[in-house]
Amino acid sequence: MTSYLLRRLAQALLTLLVISMIIFGLISAVPGGIMSAYSENTDMTPEDFARLQAKFGLDQPVPVRYLKWLGNMLQGDWGNSFVSKRPALQEIADRLPNTILLMGSMLIVTLLIAIPLGVFSALKQYSLFDHILTTLALAGQSLPTFWFGLILIIIFSATLKGADGGPLLPGSGMTTPGMPFNLLDLIRHMILPVAMLALISAAGYMRYMRSSMLEVLPKDYVRTARGKGLSERTVLFRHALRNALIPIVTLLGLELPYLFGGALFTETIFAWPGIGRLFFDAAMKTDYPVLMAVLMIFSALIIFSNLLVDVVYTIIDPRITLS
Amino acid sequence: MAEIPSLEITTPRRSMGQLVIRQFLKHRMAVIGALILLVIVILVAGADLFERYDPLQINLRNRFQPPSAEHWFGTDDLGRDMWARTLHGGKVSLLVGFLSMAVAIFIGTLIGLISGFFGGWIDAVLSRITEIFQSVPRLFILIVLTTFLRQLDLPWMKPGTFWPIALVIGVLAWMSVARLVRGSTMSIKEQEFVTAARMIGANNFRILFRHILPNVASPIIVAATLGLAGAIITESGLSYLGFGIQLPTPTWGNMLSNTQNQMLTVPWTAIFPGMMIFIVVIAINYLGDGLRDALDPYHIEK
Repeated sequence: MTSYLLRRLAQALLTLLVISMIIFGLISAVPGGIMSAYSENTDMTPEDFARLQAKFGLDQPVPVRYLKWLGNMLQGDWGNSFVSKRPALQEIADRLPNTILLMGSMLIVTLLIAIPLGVFSALKQYSLFDHILTTLALAGQSLPTFWFGLILIIIFSATLKGADGGPLLPGSGMTTPGMPFNLLDLIRHMILPVAMLALISAAGYMRYMRSSMLEVLPKDYVRTARGKGLSERTVLFRHALRNALIPIVTLLGLELPYLFGGALFTETIFAWPGIGRLFFDAAMKTDYPVLMAVLMIFSALIIFSNLLVDVVYTIIDPRITLS
Repeated sequence: MAEIPSLEITTPRRSMGQLVIRQFLKHRMAVIGALILLVIVILVAGADLFERYDPLQINLRNRFQPPSAEHWFGTDDLGRDMWARTLHGGKVSLLVGFLSMAVAIFIGTLIGLISGFFGGWIDAVLSRITEIFQSVPRLFILIVLTTFLRQLDLPWMKPGTFWPIALVIGVLAWMSVARLVRGSTMSIKEQEFVTAARMIGANNFRILFRHILPNVASPIIVAATLGLAGAIITESGLSYLGFGIQLPTPTWGNMLSNTQNQMLTVPWTAIFPGMMIFIVVIAINYLGDGLRDALDPYHIEK
């Protein structure tokens, strides 16, 4: 187990290293690169330009710059944002909790919707309920998330009015400006962005849960459990559901890149001060240090969560052995 | 004397193609999806015939007109006819979708075939590359790549040029196809007909493309339909955020991009383009569902 873990860890680190090279290569290949901001400044003589290039170390070959960048990054120096002049890592650290709050709530809501509906749909296979749910699920999977978000805003914060005459639900930000922090206000701001992503990803998870449950139900161990005279409840929840949930764990790991993509849309549409929004703003202003920092953090999160999923998998499914 | 049982064949003979078509036609939603898709493709391909106004014609006196007999889908913030823009936008969106799907299927099939067939270190290297591509935050890399493409300022990068964007979407979407093809190839290459082909002297190239490829075609076709839906959503998302196809060339995605400030008063600017994406994607998804059933030899008829 330890040697397997160490090997997987080494593999993950190597993958991350290759990705860091790709990201650095990509950013340094941008024409004009980080100097493009100065290229249109007519006050600058070619000498000024060269002096600045030397100051930033841009006169050196790319591999040397890469090693320097990597060395600095390992020591916690991820460069400063061109826009705010603050350390890129600090910018991310400030917004990470907001993204985790939003994405975590969304994931919980997704699973709370998808698992019961998927199980129910499988138990009542080919019933009217099952047909309606599977149709809705396919429709949900076909909805472009950002458009669904726009529609939610049109309905819930533009058309429908609350008791106070204001919009029923706020359509942007995390808190009401000028109001002291209170939990209810935060939750009200979270409803639409969470609904936008959770309803759509619940559609996918529900379909998956349904087919996973349908696969497990005819298995011998389910029949054995029934044969032992266990109650139907115990058979379904202790024996069938537990096994049907295993593939969902893999899906959670594989879906992480899409989750981050979802964060980009939600946070942009609902002006949620998270990492997705940070990346969007940085891309608009070609703020390279922030772009690179976000790319590195997200890649690392994806790689290590996949590793985590593999390990968790072996714990919850004893049939799988590590090799 | 005992009656000799008659050996008459009761099931009519049918070719593989006939079987697939029969099975497909039984899937009602898939047929409806295919028809809807056909209508939209015809409308969009013949956009010049069906439009009543120039999609780029600005008419400021006529802005934000609600849908009417004159302007079926209303007009946008610059008074441009939304019906014409929706048709033209569809042309770009669908072309980008098809092109990036083709790129993803081509790369994925090639890598999957080679990886599964040769195994060993070739498989190890290709599988690692696949894993690396799977571990990057796709949408974020896409945004960096498209920003990069725009800054290149190449002579052929005129506003509205869409194939570079289709290319980068495809280059980041082939991984699941590669895994699928690799798995199928690994099991098919062990079968007798492959050994037989080798016995009669077929080389690796011939075995791969004449004997193995046709046998992995079904999962590839299904993956292609799902990939098409995914590519259309990706393009529209990128264009919505402002990193895809640039205005004034309309696509369903970028038609939505400047609606956020106006949609509260003029909701049609937000509803029609998004509705088109939704209809096309759901039609493709049903089509894929039907194809999956039709192409699966073990599918049990219900």
